[in-house]
Amino acid sequence: MAKADEAAATITVEGLQALLRAIRAGGYRAIGPTVQNQAIVYDDIESVEDLPRGWTDEQDGGRYRLAHRDDKALFGYSVGPQSWKKFLYAPKLRLWTAERDGENASVTPEAPPTDRLAFIGVRACEIRAIEIQDRVLVSDMYVDPHYQAVRERALIVAVNCGKAGGTCFCVSMRAGPRVEQGFDIALTELLEETEHSFLVEIGSDEGRALLAQVPHRLASSREVEAGEAVIEHTASSMGRDMRSDDLNELLMSNLEHPRWDEVATRCLSCTNCTLVCPTCFCTSVEDTSDLSGARAERWRRWDSCFTMDFSYIHGGSVRASAKSRYRQWMTHKLATWIDQFGSSGCVGCGRCITWCPVGIDITEEVRAIRGGDACAEESR
Amino acid sequence: MPQTLKACAPPYPMAPTMTPVTRFIRESAEVFTFDLAPERATPFTPGQFNMLYAFGVGEIPISISGDSHAPERLTHTIRAVGPVSAALGRLKAGDQVGLRGPFGVGWPVEEAKGFDVLLIGGGIGLAPLRPAIYWLLRHRAAYGRVGVLYGARTPDDLIFVSELEEWRRTPDFQLRVAVERAGPDWTGDVGYVTPLLSKLRYDPADAIAMICGPEVMIRATALALEDAGVADSRIFVSMERNMKCAIGHCGHCQFGPLFICKDGPVHRYDRVRDLLAYREL
Repeated sequence: MAKADEAAATITVEGLQALLRAIRAGGYRAIGPTVQNQAIVYDDIESVEDLPRGWTDEQDGGRYRLAHRDDKALFGYSVGPQSWKKFLYAPKLRLWTAERDGENASVTPEAPPTDRLAFIGVRACEIRAIEIQDRVLVSDMYVDPHYQAVRERALIVAVNCGKAGGTCFCVSMRAGPRVEQGFDIALTELLEETEHSFLVEIGSDEGRALLAQVPHRLASSREVEAGEAVIEHTASSMGRDMRSDDLNELLMSNLEHPRWDEVATRCLSCTNCTLVCPTCFCTSVEDTSDLSGARAERWRRWDSCFTMDFSYIHGGSVRASAKSRYRQWMTHKLATWIDQFGSSGCVGCGRCITWCPVGIDITEEVRAIRGGDACAEESR
Repeated sequence: MPQTLKACAPPYPMAPTMTPVTRFIRESAEVFTFDLAPERATPFTPGQFNMLYAFGVGEIPISISGDSHAPERLTHTIRAVGPVSAALGRLKAGDQVGLRGPFGVGWPVEEAKGFDVLLIGGGIGLAPLRPAIYWLLRHRAAYGRVGVLYGARTPDDLIFVSELEEWRRTPDFQLRVAVERAGPDWTGDVGYVTPLLSKLRYDPADAIAMICGPEVMIRATALALEDAGVADSRIFVSMERNMKCAIGHCGHCQFGPLFICKDGPVHRYDRVRDLLAYREL
């Protein structure tokens, strides 16, 4: 668990409460998992009392249910419908305002937010997703100033997953379940008969300074081993799996595979998969003006490659069929993303499977295109 | 903060600068040209584009159609086909347009030095090629034979008409214009541009071609050039896709692994030929 040069610490639930207090006292707005509308929803939290104590989730293609656990786990669920994208890359954002006075107009860009957000309970796949969006929105040719402002200030308190969801396949995408980098503090929840505690790993100076403000003790070797066992159990109980080492070649050499027609008969083009996906970054803009024509605004909002408007140019939409739109989404996510940004766009979080109203399963679609009808060749 | 992220150079890449229109010319019933006088001239390469914003209406990508040696005057030639282009068509000198750019990869005018150069434009596709024509004329001695093919629907749809006449009279400069339909007063070629390739004098083994037009015309022309013996790596095509940001963030312009906005709009044909073969990619 701990880096070689730094021993892991242990905190209690009270210690976690103290950690949240220290984070908020440090000027952060703490955001973490809460139970709302029968789902795990990331929202503002004030204390451990706001966390989904004793809750878990059951997930499958097109199915999501909360359920009670036998224990008082605070992070005993896998991932909910939302990702941290909602906070880093606003679903709807005013980019600028323009004013016109006679012949002269001027444009005033929207200032980036100055809030400091602390993300509590970030999973390994979600950290990977954030790093993937960084490559699109910060490290490429142009920088998105709003994303960058939130991202640079964000504190990340990660959690190693104690349970794999029914649609999880982060192991296949090498994106989890172990949190390896990109965090300030990483927790592993230990649920033992006599004690409910968290192993703490430090990922940054800021994380170290926070831990110093919280009652903690050195983790025993037994606790460290227990933490390892938690992660190993999660890794070995993935709900889905998908061979991922050859997807660029596989999909791009099968652009006319009959499976695209078949999946198009089920796909509703509803855009759910793109909205719940933690890496999907496509947006559109909407230009508006007031009735006098003196004031105008441009808004950016999440968009989806599943809409007809998305590819519209004079004469019609480039991707008029559902087949071509599903193909665009999946080949971009799993194949061309690698050419564009050096990694897959998929982290194996399973959200697109769970939240597809008809339960289309990206791992199943890949398997079909691969041509195997059994799971034998998928054993990796 | 877990990691240090790169600082942002231009702080608001999505914010346009309101820029005055200094000249407005009607080219044909649907097509118009205007010049913008940017406060600060930014150098551009022939084939690059700007994002133009009509106040309160919207923003569209438009290739620069003017001379790259005079970037203080930014010329755009636009066909009014949608709400934004129609609104831009209602502007007059003194009005303002929101400007962002220039964006993208332009024509390989430097790499083409020493080669015969063919420029083939269909419809409004001549507009993104005009800066390359200006460039070639200005540096004429650096190139071999130069030929321009231009196709339009009817004689009334022709743009840059007075310049076409000028280019026709220019020595060491081949120009052929074809229209798909014409009345009896049309004395030029009728049909598509591809058959006219054989009328140009050039050495296929030593030629670079630049094509802009409807995608079906691009494919047919590139195929004809390959048949004539021009290497696919020396054919360049300018492509169009829906575009909301021009900076590789909105995702709309993707074409397989390429973003038309930042990897293009000008692409080397051998890198897009296989992708162009798929419908609805």
